[in-house]
Amino acid sequence: MTDSLDVAALTAWLDRAAAVLEREKARLTELDAAIGDSDHGVNMARGFSAVAAKLAGAPPADPAALFKTVGMTLISTVGGAAGPLYGTLFLQAAGKATGKPTLDAPALAECLKAGLAGIVQRGKAEPGDKTMVDALGPAVAALDAAAGAPLPQALAAAAAAAEAGMAATIPLVARKGRASYLGERSAGHQDPGATSSFLLLKALADTAAG
Amino acid sequence: MKKLINAPEAVVAEALAGMAAAHPGLIRVQTDPAFVVRADAPVRGKVGLVSGGGSGHEPMHGGFVGRGMLDAACPGAVFTSPTPDQMLAAAKAVDGGAGILFIVKNYTGDVMNFEMAAELAAAEGLTVDSVVIDDDVAVKDSLYTAGRRGVATTVLAEKICGGAAEAGQPLAAVADLCRRVNANGRSMGMALTACTVPHAGKPSFTLADDEMEIGIGIHGEPGRRRVPLEPADRVAEMLMEPVIEDLPFGAGDEVLLFVNGMGGTPLIELYVLYRKAHEIAERHGLKVVRNLVGSYITSLEMAGASITLLRLDADMIRYWDAPVLTPALRWGA
Ligand SMILES: Nc1ncnc2c1ncn2[C@@H]1O[C@H](COP(=O)(O)OP(=O)(O)OP(=O)(O)O)[C@@H](O)[C@H]1O
Ligand SMILES: [Mg+2]
Repeated sequence: MTDSLDVAALTAWLDRAAAVLEREKARLTELDAAIGDSDHGVNMARGFSAVAAKLAGAPPADPAALFKTVGMTLISTVGGAAGPLYGTLFLQAAGKATGKPTLDAPALAECLKAGLAGIVQRGKAEPGDKTMVDALGPAVAALDAAAGAPLPQALAAAAAAAEAGMAATIPLVARKGRASYLGERSAGHQDPGATSSFLLLKALADTAAG
Repeated sequence: MKKLINAPEAVVAEALAGMAAAHPGLIRVQTDPAFVVRADAPVRGKVGLVSGGGSGHEPMHGGFVGRGMLDAACPGAVFTSPTPDQMLAAAKAVDGGAGILFIVKNYTGDVMNFEMAAELAAAEGLTVDSVVIDDDVAVKDSLYTAGRRGVATTVLAEKICGGAAEAGQPLAAVADLCRRVNANGRSMGMALTACTVPHAGKPSFTLADDEMEIGIGIHGEPGRRRVPLEPADRVAEMLMEPVIEDLPFGAGDEVLLFVNGMGGTPLIELYVLYRKAHEIAERHGLKVVRNLVGSYITSLEMAGASITLLRLDADMIRYWDAPVLTPALRWGA
């Protein structure tokens, strides 16, 4: 148990995320088959395994450098809508992490908040549009509210909020991305991007819990 | 699902290698990042035309690289947008000093990746303009969707703008022409069967033997509505009516009629469809002065077709007729 994450811990998070996404690849792709084009799981697994390889090959000096590497790698390997969106999240987070050797709960909250703002700026999604924003938004709010608590608790709260947000996408009608083409037929299915966002935050919480 | 492949992960790279081996005089294939580029690129003083999108729509876009059409095409994974580093590398490779035009199909992923690429290219001093193609009348263009999808009008835009660029038209004129083609082109598609993305291994949706899906896109996604299977003449009506109504096309308009196969439908059936579509166009007083029939923008092995009408002006006709020499489209050259 720790109160802040250094480069080693963040690298452990991304390694764990790569493993989780590889394991959940088929399920994410199945969710995307229902309301999209069957590629989200494969895209995410490909991107995060590239991230893990990149970090292993050239370990970054600090959290900001790590986030920048992750963002650039995702942008050039994921493709689809998720590549630019998650890439932007990490690039924006890098800005907030600059000059910090480790990230505590308030710092992580700031990084995640900036990342979400970047996603919203690039993708123009609003809460309730049935996208990853519906998992990330509640997670940012929960992390903010819990920033005074010990880090593992704060991150667990963020992951729980993301999970609830993810589940809440099921009845929604999609208004952004490919799923919006289906109109009412998109209701009744969980959004794949909200699901991958939850998996990433759950991996972060699990890493902090040790 | 049976597929003539070696491994799902290798499909795109192996197909690109096959194209390079088959058409050495026309194109080169770069890897890491991957793009297909005209053998003689960059062409001095000519606007560079760059397109791209997910793989699985062959011959679009790589098959349209060559003299009189695209300068480069960026292939993504199957049905997945390519990435900004590919687009940036392609733009640099075709920059002949007259600027670059990105022709982008309207999908969230494609639009965002090309946007990032345009930002990176501008930061490196390149002049880039982008035109987004959104011609699919099956999707309601509203605040509540990602907008109409880009489908078969893309092929016509790439040919016509390629002709204009080859003729030495400046970037602003080529981009304006591209916007005009998009504004005057409308498409609608249908499927008899779904398709199977190689790594997914099973069809993206299922249609019973007596069903068809109207208003499909090109990514194996379900369409607007599922209806009982009907004869080709009825299907032609179901596709033509919304297309004609949408623009609206009017009596006396000169049009290009494009009947496109989705990958799994034989040419003989496309001609059956074309026969009726042509008749419907004439019944509405439209003059079909140019046409294209064949599988040019596909959705893997999906059976089905789309119909596109493009209202033509004199520039569009001139550059449609101009010589083209690419792996998949060639005349006059
Ligand atoms: N405008 C947007 N803003 C935020 N999130 C979005 C937006 N559009 C799509 N998404 C998210 O992206 C996810 C889909 O990602 P995926 O990698 O499958 O891209 P895609 O839509 O298939 O891309 P492409 O159009 O290139 O095929 C959705 O589930 C949704 O959460
Ligand atoms: Mg998808």
